[in-house]
Amino acid sequence: MARNDLQGTLDLLVLKTLSQKGELHGYGIVLHIQRASDTLLFVEEGSLYPALHRMEMSGWIRSEWKATETNRKAKFYRLTPAGQRELQNAEKSFEQLVKGIRAMLRYA
Amino acid sequence: MSIFRRLANTFSRSELHQEIDAEIQSHVEMRIADNIAAGMSPEEARRDALLRFGSRVVMRERMTAADAATAFDAFGRDLRYAARQLRRSPAFTATALVTLILGIGANVVVFSVLNAALLRPLDVPQPAGLCHVVHKQQGYDNQSYPDYLDFKSKNSTFSDMAAYRIESAGLSTKDAAYKCWYYRVSGNFFDMLGVQPAQGRFFHASDEHGPNSAPYIVLSDDFWRAHFDADARIVGTTVDVNKHPFTVIGVAPPAFHGTEVFLWPAFWMPIVNSPSGDTADYLASRSHNLLILGRLKPGVTAQQATDNLNAIAQELARQNRADDGLDARLTKPGLMGDQLGAPARSFLAGIMLLALLVLLAACANLASLFAARTADRSRELAIRLAIGSSRWNVLRQLLSEAVLLSVLGGALGTIFSTFLLNALTRWQPFPEFPIHVAVSPDPKVYFVALLLSIGSGMLWGLVPMRQVWATDSAQVMKSSGAGTIVFRRFTLRELLLGVQITLCTLLVTASFVALRGMQRSLHAPFGFQPQGVLLAETDLHMGGHSDASTTQMQKRMLEEVTRVPGVSSVGIIDETPLGTGGSGSFVFRVGTTDFRMSTSAFGAKYFSISPGYVTAAGTRLLTGRDFTWHDDARARNVAIVNQTFAQRMFGTTSPIGLRFLVGQGTPYEVVGVVENGKYESLTEAPWAAMFFPLEQSPQSDTSLIVRSPLPPSEIVPELRQVLAQIDPSLPFVFHTWPDALGFVQFPARIATATLGVMGLLAAMLALTGVFGMAMYSVSKRMREFGIRVAVGAQPVQLMRSALSRPLILLLSGSVAGLLLGVIASQLLAQIVYQATPRDPLVLGGVVITMALLGFVATWIPAQRAFGVHPARLLREE
Repeated sequence: MARNDLQGTLDLLVLKTLSQKGELHGYGIVLHIQRASDTLLFVEEGSLYPALHRMEMSGWIRSEWKATETNRKAKFYRLTPAGQRELQNAEKSFEQLVKGIRAMLRYA
Repeated sequence: MSIFRRLANTFSRSELHQEIDAEIQSHVEMRIADNIAAGMSPEEARRDALLRFGSRVVMRERMTAADAATAFDAFGRDLRYAARQLRRSPAFTATALVTLILGIGANVVVFSVLNAALLRPLDVPQPAGLCHVVHKQQGYDNQSYPDYLDFKSKNSTFSDMAAYRIESAGLSTKDAAYKCWYYRVSGNFFDMLGVQPAQGRFFHASDEHGPNSAPYIVLSDDFWRAHFDADARIVGTTVDVNKHPFTVIGVAPPAFHGTEVFLWPAFWMPIVNSPSGDTADYLASRSHNLLILGRLKPGVTAQQATDNLNAIAQELARQNRADDGLDARLTKPGLMGDQLGAPARSFLAGIMLLALLVLLAACANLASLFAARTADRSRELAIRLAIGSSRWNVLRQLLSEAVLLSVLGGALGTIFSTFLLNALTRWQPFPEFPIHVAVSPDPKVYFVALLLSIGSGMLWGLVPMRQVWATDSAQVMKSSGAGTIVFRRFTLRELLLGVQITLCTLLVTASFVALRGMQRSLHAPFGFQPQGVLLAETDLHMGGHSDASTTQMQKRMLEEVTRVPGVSSVGIIDETPLGTGGSGSFVFRVGTTDFRMSTSAFGAKYFSISPGYVTAAGTRLLTGRDFTWHDDARARNVAIVNQTFAQRMFGTTSPIGLRFLVGQGTPYEVVGVVENGKYESLTEAPWAAMFFPLEQSPQSDTSLIVRSPLPPSEIVPELRQVLAQIDPSLPFVFHTWPDALGFVQFPARIATATLGVMGLLAAMLALTGVFGMAMYSVSKRMREFGIRVAVGAQPVQLMRSALSRPLILLLSGSVAGLLLGVIASQLLAQIVYQATPRDPLVLGGVVITMALLGFVATWIPAQRAFGVHPARLLREE
């Protein structure tokens, strides 16, 4: 349960990042999440790549080898329409989760 | 899409690894660059970048593992989860398994028989292109030898054509004598089929040099092992067949048992020879008494071959060399042309349909169970949907449960059916015939079983699809479990139960119709009274008696047997009606000069009888007289005919003293009229029949009809002794007439047994279906009932609301099923004697059965509704 949630959260973060930035490599995703969350969230690099791979296998994202601005070769990821839909679902259920947890906290 | 990539990944594991490494490498390098830019030393920057990653190997493992898991393990995971779910509800699992075992098992058994009888090619080395050449008209499958020769020599569409007929005779060696069934075959028989001898040699077309030229026999492996101890030295020795010497030239291989699916003959002999002596007449005769088996040339269609043969027949007719009306039709070999094939086809197709209906009813049963189960699990499903499982995943999960159960049930059902089928294969239904119902399952059967299992799993597993699709997680979780959802789904379950009850009633009706038909056929007017009659059967040819002396022998037998104490009457007929033989001939009106099929009046069965047969057999003589021993060769030709014959030949005028013709020669004068009877099968339309006196129409086949009030065990030893005194070498078969009728009643018995089993299965399914639904509806509404009892409802009111729906369904389903049954029983009429559902006993039986089922199925749920204890119930909730 807990693992599922964490995994779900990482997926959500990655999908959101890609939907905002359009196309990004793994390192860029790590940096973006860190930057966008005011360094509150750190993505473990050891978890990111398995997650990316899994999402690619699920057809949510697509990858392509390209050159970076500094002319390095890197694998760039972008959202697919299925990923777009998945993002909406994930956002919705995350909001519910947050609402639920907040309600719980307030109740206690 | 992704599934292909996954597969591709699995096959190019190392490529995947390389790609992962490259990606990580590029990540690490970017991090190092940033670290250096942030002011770290290159050493430090590198260390930091690598540390952040952790073990690269572990991560790579996780990536590839996730990959493999999502690809194939999803299926395994579904199955494991399904197995766990099923273990958690043993009642559901057990009910479903039993239902499936019965449903699929029944189909496997029926399909195996159908496969063995109709689908499997003949068990010969090259079965391709083999077919029988029969007449266009149904029921006329035999051909004459001259026609066979003409077809064989003139056709351009068959690579070869063989002829055979099946006969019985006595085979004797120095030490023993056996009554055998065997084939007489054309010389090319073995060569055409491509069979090679296991011992010695086979005969060939080149061995035939006209009548009586090839006194050889080839033993079957079975017979050789059973009676000659598999001794190879038998080849080359001489045995007697009906007292005529034949040389054993070879033994057939174990796998070859001729060209009939269910018959295991003792030996094969060339058709140019016969155990009854000279064959010149036989080979020239135009009478239809052999089957033609041909092999189509490669690439020739059945239609081309049929056209070819019909053209030959027309040409022969123009030259006036063939029988009038010769024509050709091709049919599948293995079941005596269409004689067995046509009824077997319609019967097996009908039974297969019923078996599929049973399975369909079982699926309907399971579907409604499963829908109820899904409704009960709606909370679990809702939670799974809420935490992010896709509907497709949930559905796939439910479907794997259904398919897992079905495959398991199918496998168990197949195992049970295999036991049953193997027992059937070993079974020899008639001691006097070498018949085996060889129906062991083959790969095709297993494949069909698997297909049926998966198919039925899909069928009932997909029923809750709408439920899953319509699940609104928030709604379900808010209301407690058994809320509105369940009752909304109810209509689907009701529909399924209605369908199930309809199908079950149809099957129950069919089995009642069959049972009634069977009962009727046992008491049908046969045209003779089999009860209290003992048959002693022999063929005088087996004792080596010539045609000239047979009548004298028979006369002596009658004289001796009459003297046996306890015998009230005795007579002789050549072949008993409803026995295994029976001959037919065309009859003509007086004045006919041209004797062909088209100028005949009609076809009639004929028998040779002794004086006294009519009395002994219990056949009613309506007018005229019985034969006497004075109706001999010197007297006028006389005949006794049955009512149908009299009416068709002479109309309403009294037939006594009137005459008719059986081909060229002196006309026959009718001296008596007997009641109609059954001659070939119980379901036949009334045949015209004529009886001739033995002295005018001698026959070597002899059936003594011995009527006696004594039990057979007392009279048989006496008879045996008396008959042995006349000729000790004559083999006699003794049995009671009712027992001898077992052969003609066999199809009806099998049909009745099969339909009975189907009906029983259907009744059980209906029972569990109604029970399940009533029980479910009561258990779901216990709380409501509790409240209603608390506020003063009477138990009867509760019952009405709990059980009215199942009962209404039962009633409407039964009515629909009964109507369908009435329509469907036209199909049954082909096998079952006088199958009609418009019979108060059948209708009453079905209604009572269904009512009883309804009563039994709702008894326990009703008890539960009665036993509602409001206080306890309300406390529990």
